[in-house]
Amino acid sequence: MANLVEIRDLRIGATTDAGRRVEIIKGVSFDIAPGEIVALIGESGSGKTTIALSLMGYAREGCRIEGGSVVVAGKDMVRLTERQRAAVRGTEVAYVPQSAAAAFNPAMRIIDQVVEVSRIHGLMPDDKARLRAVELFRALSLPNPDTIGERYPHQVSGGQLQRLSAAMALIGNPSLVIFDEPTTALDVTTQIEVLRAFKAVMRESRIAGVYVSHDLAVVAQIADRIVVLKGGEVQEVGSTAHILQAPSHPYTQALLAAFRPGGPPAGAAPAPLAQPVLELRDVVAGYGGLQSDGRPLVTIVKGVSLTLQPGRNLGVIGESGCGKSTLARAIAGILPAASGEILLQGKPLPSAAKDRTREQLRQVQIVFQSADTALNPAKCIADILGRPLAFYHGLKGAAAEARVDRLLDMVHLPRGLKHRRPPELSGGQKQRINLARALAADPQIILCDEITSALDTVVAAAIIDLLKELQRELGLCYVFISHDLPTVEAVCDQIAVMYAGEKIEQMSRDEVGARNHKAYTKLLFASVPKLDPHWLDSIENDPEVVAALSRR
Amino acid sequence: MNEGAVRRSLSPSLDDRSQTGNAMNRFVWSLVGGRLLVALFTLVVVSFTVFCATAILPGDVAEVLLGQAATPEAVAGLRAAMHLDEPGFLRFVRWLAGLGSGDLGVSYANKMPVTQLIGPRLLNSLKLAGVTALASVPIALSLGICAAILRGSLFDRLLTFGVIAVISVPEFMVATSAVLIFAVHLRWLPALSVAREATSFLDLLRIFAMPVITLAFVISAQMIRMTRAAMIETLNTPYVEMARLKGASPARIVLRHALPNAVGPIINAVALSLSYLLGGVIIVETIFNYPGIAKLMVDAVSTRDLPLIQSCAMVFCVVYLLLITIADVVAILSNPRLR
Repeated sequence: MANLVEIRDLRIGATTDAGRRVEIIKGVSFDIAPGEIVALIGESGSGKTTIALSLMGYAREGCRIEGGSVVVAGKDMVRLTERQRAAVRGTEVAYVPQSAAAAFNPAMRIIDQVVEVSRIHGLMPDDKARLRAVELFRALSLPNPDTIGERYPHQVSGGQLQRLSAAMALIGNPSLVIFDEPTTALDVTTQIEVLRAFKAVMRESRIAGVYVSHDLAVVAQIADRIVVLKGGEVQEVGSTAHILQAPSHPYTQALLAAFRPGGPPAGAAPAPLAQPVLELRDVVAGYGGLQSDGRPLVTIVKGVSLTLQPGRNLGVIGESGCGKSTLARAIAGILPAASGEILLQGKPLPSAAKDRTREQLRQVQIVFQSADTALNPAKCIADILGRPLAFYHGLKGAAAEARVDRLLDMVHLPRGLKHRRPPELSGGQKQRINLARALAADPQIILCDEITSALDTVVAAAIIDLLKELQRELGLCYVFISHDLPTVEAVCDQIAVMYAGEKIEQMSRDEVGARNHKAYTKLLFASVPKLDPHWLDSIENDPEVVAALSRR
Repeated sequence: MNEGAVRRSLSPSLDDRSQTGNAMNRFVWSLVGGRLLVALFTLVVVSFTVFCATAILPGDVAEVLLGQAATPEAVAGLRAAMHLDEPGFLRFVRWLAGLGSGDLGVSYANKMPVTQLIGPRLLNSLKLAGVTALASVPIALSLGICAAILRGSLFDRLLTFGVIAVISVPEFMVATSAVLIFAVHLRWLPALSVAREATSFLDLLRIFAMPVITLAFVISAQMIRMTRAAMIETLNTPYVEMARLKGASPARIVLRHALPNAVGPIINAVALSLSYLLGGVIIVETIFNYPGIAKLMVDAVSTRDLPLIQSCAMVFCVVYLLLITIADVVAILSNPRLR
């Protein structure tokens, strides 16, 4: 049987802000058979979304399809008129966006947006379309399928919206569905449900799919074939099993290697009864003014106690909204804890940063998730790193400059970078600067708040390696906050699980999966995608526990 | 935490949402109510400011009214009759109570009740403002929307250039040039716009044409710019891209997906521009000799007619507040997150 999709020598150009023309897709070719699911995998900027969108004859603003052909069901999307393309979109090729929360019009009811596809193309009468929509809601195992469409997008959860957007894609009975990182923004426990729903529907209706993702484990669950992309070129194409077991291209091998981070550094065993470096006792933190009972209006962290032993790392893991970042802000004093005690080397630390001494501030540094927003784009790197040097150590002039050079060496960046500004650096480089700024204070504890989650897999793995190396050399302690269990396992000796503002369990790394965990911990750990293609079908979580626990 | 307990404690969260609808409605109305209260409070503050500002105007009213030949006794008598000898706060309260009951006082200049003076003038001004709004709002919004859709095109650049040109030219330039061209040289339109002379609809059009065009120029510029900016912002959102990827036509994308989400900023720009039509039209009313309320106020200042000045200022404030409050309420109601 002929291929459903044939892409030949596709070239897409973009105009940069400076007006320069660059080629972002450099002659890509691949096929998709009817009913086959092909994954496009690669780091950000590899062109995977651009290629996927070209299947609908669409190029984002500033981009232009410059050559080659994209034949979908016998029609070359590149050569169609805009009107002809519009007729194909939604009926033959449909799109499931990365962030359904942003892709739903906030001013329209969900059902109206779902059946709009049928309305635009005159596919079926409205009441029939509504019935079909409800059928799809049921097939995608959405709660209250009969009434959920009456809500506005902000009234349903992220995981539900993602499935609703799949319903929106499927209602026109397309022969090809494009999934653009549909689970990247979701928590792992939610991701499982969404992936399952997608897989079941796609298998049922024999629809071909393009699954864009940077997560090899997720792709392994759903794709028949994988196309590995880098820099707008195809690196390797192969069946899922082949790519996972016998990757031939070095880049693919690096991707796979990044997926199996090693254990934490085998540091010297600390004295067993050493005084903890950092101790939290029943810390409560939240937003809004204090109420009469001494609690904040909205309590985010509900009485968390933790200890951090010298030379050890503590991981705090939990899903979005569990209060882990708020906890970090409370420790750093940015958001003063409402009650509870924070002890630094046995001595109580004032809860607000402004009440702490400079010495106390120096010892606890925080590294934020997004280096993009944490680094002042108008300052050069030397100034950014020079500030903490002047503030904490009074270093100026040549001494400060020498120290900046040393810091750049420590985070493995060329010294020449110090004259650049953050926007000129890559994401990984910015995160290294972010880390170097914390190191400039010469701290004892570094609070790492999701520092790898905005980075590509390979880059994140390099940052993790750097953290371990710095620990060996400088004897730091990390409080490592993340939603990603493999990353936490790679860095931390102790792992605390947070849920709804409470620490529900703490274990050492060796105990992960080895002991009888609490229900939520079990669910969280089981939900981390594995490279094994049969993982999704094999896990058995009680759906009710999942629904109740994950609250979405 | 065992599994059963978790299930019991957390499962109701899904069903809660149907009950939140009513609470949401109440919340919206409390927001709207709050907005109205703020408007009322602003009005009181403004009236106080107006009263104070007119009270510190130089010169004693009684002396001015009686002329230089007046005896001190006559001045004192008049001051007592006008309650000018009372403390300022008492006079303010007296004045505010009058305003509340619709009594704006009596003009010093010609002893007529201020309401009678303002009434027909306000009607004239509202007529001019209404015609200008009817003509300029649809045109300005369409131009702004088109510019946003065709952003970067020749049309967009020409329009942006034109708008900036119009903003930078002062309105008296526009008005006097219009008079020079259409009334003096071409003799198409009358130079003065006295509404009473209109005998037919065509006459009315001719009378209104120049002031309306001048005003439309001035207020459209801001509306076009704001509409364009608000539309570009919504056109760049993922949900507009999603609509395009569903195969929606350009008209549907704009009217169903982009425009409803840009209503808030647009309506505010419109309200701000329209509020200018009552208080800010003094130059236009003077040049075309149009008997509106702004001209009345200028005349009142020159005759030191305090009750009239105060009343005109209050009328401007009320209209301004009314428009801004309407815009805010519409913006609140058009936000589906609050619905």
